[in-house]
Amino acid sequence: MTDQESKTPDKISTEPIIRIIGMHKWFGELHVLNDIDLSVNKGERIVICGPSGSGKSTLIRCINRLEEHQRGKIIVDNIELTNDIKNIEKIRVEVGMVFQHFNLFPHLTILENLTLGPIWVRKLPRSEAEDLAMYYLEKVHIAEQAAKYPGQLSGGQQQRVAIARSLCMKPKVMLFDEPTSALDPEMVKEVLDAMIQLAREGMTMLVVSHEMGFARSVAHRVLFMDFGQILEENTPGEFFSNPRHERTKLFLSQILH
Amino acid sequence: MEDASITVQSTENVRPPVTSIGATGWVRQNLFNSPFNSLLTLLIVYVLYRTVPAFIKWAFVNAVWWSDGQACNLVNGACWSVVTRNIRFILFGFYPYDQQWRPVLSIGLLAAFIFYSSFQRNWNKRLLIAWPVGLALIGLIMHGGIFGLPSVETEKWSGISLTLLLSIFGLSAAYPFGVILALGRRSRLPAIKTLCVLYIELIRGVPLISMLFMASVMFPLFLPEGMTVNTILRAQVAIIMFTAAYIAEVVRGGLQAMPRGQCEAAESLGLNYYLKMRLIILPQALKTVIPPTVSVLISAFKDTSLVVIIGLFDLLRTTHVTLSNPEWMGFNTEAYLFTASIYFVGCFVMSNFSRRLEQRLQT
Repeated sequence: MTDQESKTPDKISTEPIIRIIGMHKWFGELHVLNDIDLSVNKGERIVICGPSGSGKSTLIRCINRLEEHQRGKIIVDNIELTNDIKNIEKIRVEVGMVFQHFNLFPHLTILENLTLGPIWVRKLPRSEAEDLAMYYLEKVHIAEQAAKYPGQLSGGQQQRVAIARSLCMKPKVMLFDEPTSALDPEMVKEVLDAMIQLAREGMTMLVVSHEMGFARSVAHRVLFMDFGQILEENTPGEFFSNPRHERTKLFLSQILH
Repeated sequence: MEDASITVQSTENVRPPVTSIGATGWVRQNLFNSPFNSLLTLLIVYVLYRTVPAFIKWAFVNAVWWSDGQACNLVNGACWSVVTRNIRFILFGFYPYDQQWRPVLSIGLLAAFIFYSSFQRNWNKRLLIAWPVGLALIGLIMHGGIFGLPSVETEKWSGISLTLLLSIFGLSAAYPFGVILALGRRSRLPAIKTLCVLYIELIRGVPLISMLFMASVMFPLFLPEGMTVNTILRAQVAIIMFTAAYIAEVVRGGLQAMPRGQCEAAESLGLNYYLKMRLIILPQALKTVIPPTVSVLISAFKDTSLVVIIGLFDLLRTTHVTLSNPEWMGFNTEAYLFTASIYFVGCFVMSNFSRRLEQRLQT
């Protein structure tokens, strides 16, 4: 952990950890991702926004193969995603994911939710996995809930547990699929705070979100997607003050009121 | 503090009306809350008044318990002697008379095992190993041939021993088999999927009786000459195959009820298919389908009585044979009431266990 914490937030290596080259995806006849090219460097934080149905969730779900792409290449951590299930599992270990609806395991306690991956996938001894879990639970300020079940927690608390669960796998990249969209308004901040803290520690993050404040404060790049394409990409400052594409202007005017 | 005292005061002063609490309140609310319900209540009380005292008089007051058949014909109450005098045949059938302590011991062991296993705090790896070992031990006690126990061929196992044998082995083998079939039916591999669909639909498309007939009559025709497979084993396999198909469909329902997100969360942690199913999907899916699963198991338990069709002497058959003895002819009600009560105990234990299991697994 210490080497990550010592990094300054804006230090990005030039070494790409995710490379997407000419990627296409169809749902049946529907062309949901159209010729995507994207390269993400280690330590880089990217916020992806766009109207619903624009393909932004599908894009990040392709990165850990929850969705299969049909053309082009996706290379994560120097492993190309193919149908080889062993490679897919290797990549999933290195890529954490936080979902819109948390997707905690309701039949396990919070602690068991967190230790499951480390014990069964990373093969850590139980005691070590529990120490790790408690470390991350404290990080998201929720350690006192370790013995409870997910159903007993509020939405914001559940989402913070979900973040901690992903972190327990010590991923190299974190994907966030609209992490605050299913939350009550008063709980959005606690989740964003946890994400901002993670950003400060230098985690590589891809975030699908409409939280423009979050994008402004931590993102290196903001991507705007529509019709399955990346229409615009820029630094947050330029993106918000000086959008170039007509669709981007319309979208921003709609969400910023 | 002031607020609290105000609330206390108000609850002291305001009491619910007498007619809504206590015994009167209960009777009014549950038995006489509308004219129609009042009518129903009176009707039921009348029916109970006409039947219950008469039944008690027949079953207990005028009943004979230990007489012989002739004496039974002279009383106008129940003749429980048909049960007490033939109890060892009804329960153990053709198992050698002087060896019948062995099924008694086996059933005792089995009951102890089930009782011990019904407490969740006893669930651990040792118990998982203890079960097959225990069942093998029970089989050994029943079969004999070692430790100086005379050997008793399985053809002689009858009565309740046979019923329990068919049920316990049948249900405990059908359950995992059914789960595997359900997973196979949802497999992405077309060959496995087709195979499982065909199996399930074929088996569910025929009655159990026809499967038992096939097992006992047709199956031997396909075997090379001189080779035989034990009748009980054949019936056992038929029951397992039949029950598994039904369990599979129940479990499939549970699998389909699982939100897609659970799979995705498990996959995104890097769990492989086996771990995902074992740790995340099956524990939740199997829990949600406990009630229908137990229904299938209970009906399979009772369906074991269909083996009478292929000439096996299960509990129902030994009862039937007892009643064909001229001395005890005509006392069907008493004998079948006794048999029914044994089946009832078995079913009740299962449904009770499942209810407690559901409560305990609630999260």
